[in-house]
Amino acid sequence: MEGTAVLERVIWRTATVVGLHDETPTARTLALAVRDWPGHVAGQHVDVRLTAADGYSAVRSYSIASAPSSDGRIELTVERLPNGEVSPYLTRQVVVGDELEVRGPIGRWFVWRPEQQTPIQLVAGGSGIVPLMAMLRSRNSIDSTAPFRLLYSVREPGAIFYRDELRALSSRGDSVVVTYAYTRVTPKDWPRPAGRIDAELIASQTWLSNLRPNSYVCGPTSFVEHATELLIAAGYDRETIRTERFGATGDRK
Amino acid sequence: MNASMSYLDGNAAAGELSRIFATDVTSAEGQCANCGAKGRFAETHLYMQCPGLVARCALCEHVLLRLVNVRRRVYLDLSGMTYLAFGMDE
Repeated sequence: MEGTAVLERVIWRTATVVGLHDETPTARTLALAVRDWPGHVAGQHVDVRLTAADGYSAVRSYSIASAPSSDGRIELTVERLPNGEVSPYLTRQVVVGDELEVRGPIGRWFVWRPEQQTPIQLVAGGSGIVPLMAMLRSRNSIDSTAPFRLLYSVREPGAIFYRDELRALSSRGDSVVVTYAYTRVTPKDWPRPAGRIDAELIASQTWLSNLRPNSYVCGPTSFVEHATELLIAAGYDRETIRTERFGATGDRK
Repeated sequence: MNASMSYLDGNAAAGELSRIFATDVTSAEGQCANCGAKGRFAETHLYMQCPGLVARCALCEHVLLRLVNVRRRVYLDLSGMTYLAFGMDE
């Protein structure tokens, strides 16, 4: 990173909603133009603050879905939680032109940097795909040749985010491979019955540990624990696995 | 919810801690004052269902950091760590 980026203070900035796009019936992508946005690295998140007329404010963290760019724009994909304070507003009520407060970019640990050349194993549970999508998009935007695999666990086919884009990214040769795992409902004639990811799936669909992959695991806490233990059992070195957890009650992501 | 499953990780505290630290905390390495384990702050277990934030050691669950907002003051307790090392060129 450039020295100036390190010294950039993380402050609240005004963001204007410039685009809205539904990913699934319960998840929406918000495109934001952020005033004086300093740029980000794939995998980072922002805090979003909403303040009511009476002064009550709520802050939630959301991963950035978009690749780094210099145009001051970022995209967040927000899953609506039934009893959430913030996500129902962001996924239902927000309209283009609205202003939000955004603090970030945050975190320099759960990131993929363009200079990384090692094989990358991404493991997503549900909306945990969001920061991993930023990594795939970052890889694509700079024409990186780093080999990527994504294992994406979702409840059902209709819950997949970015489906068409993932298909396009993985159809340009063999250096991006996407595997879906369904926990509740599978597509018709799907070879594997619905269920949690397991050792057999990890063995057949992720990089062999002797290739020394770096892995990024993101999802609900229980998913991250389960997936991380499976990777370690498959021979992955704990030091090479980076995780990001979010809670079902915290509106995270 | 199972208490052992109610934590997030240190990444989730980074926004709040950015009010205090001038550089990123998630990639900082700390040492647990109880068990001696070393790890990145991003790998700690973070509990947010309390008046502030509590980060615990991922190995022994010792309290590493507590942050509480009281009116216009922020109390930061780092006594659970022997050190916190920041990479200034990351």
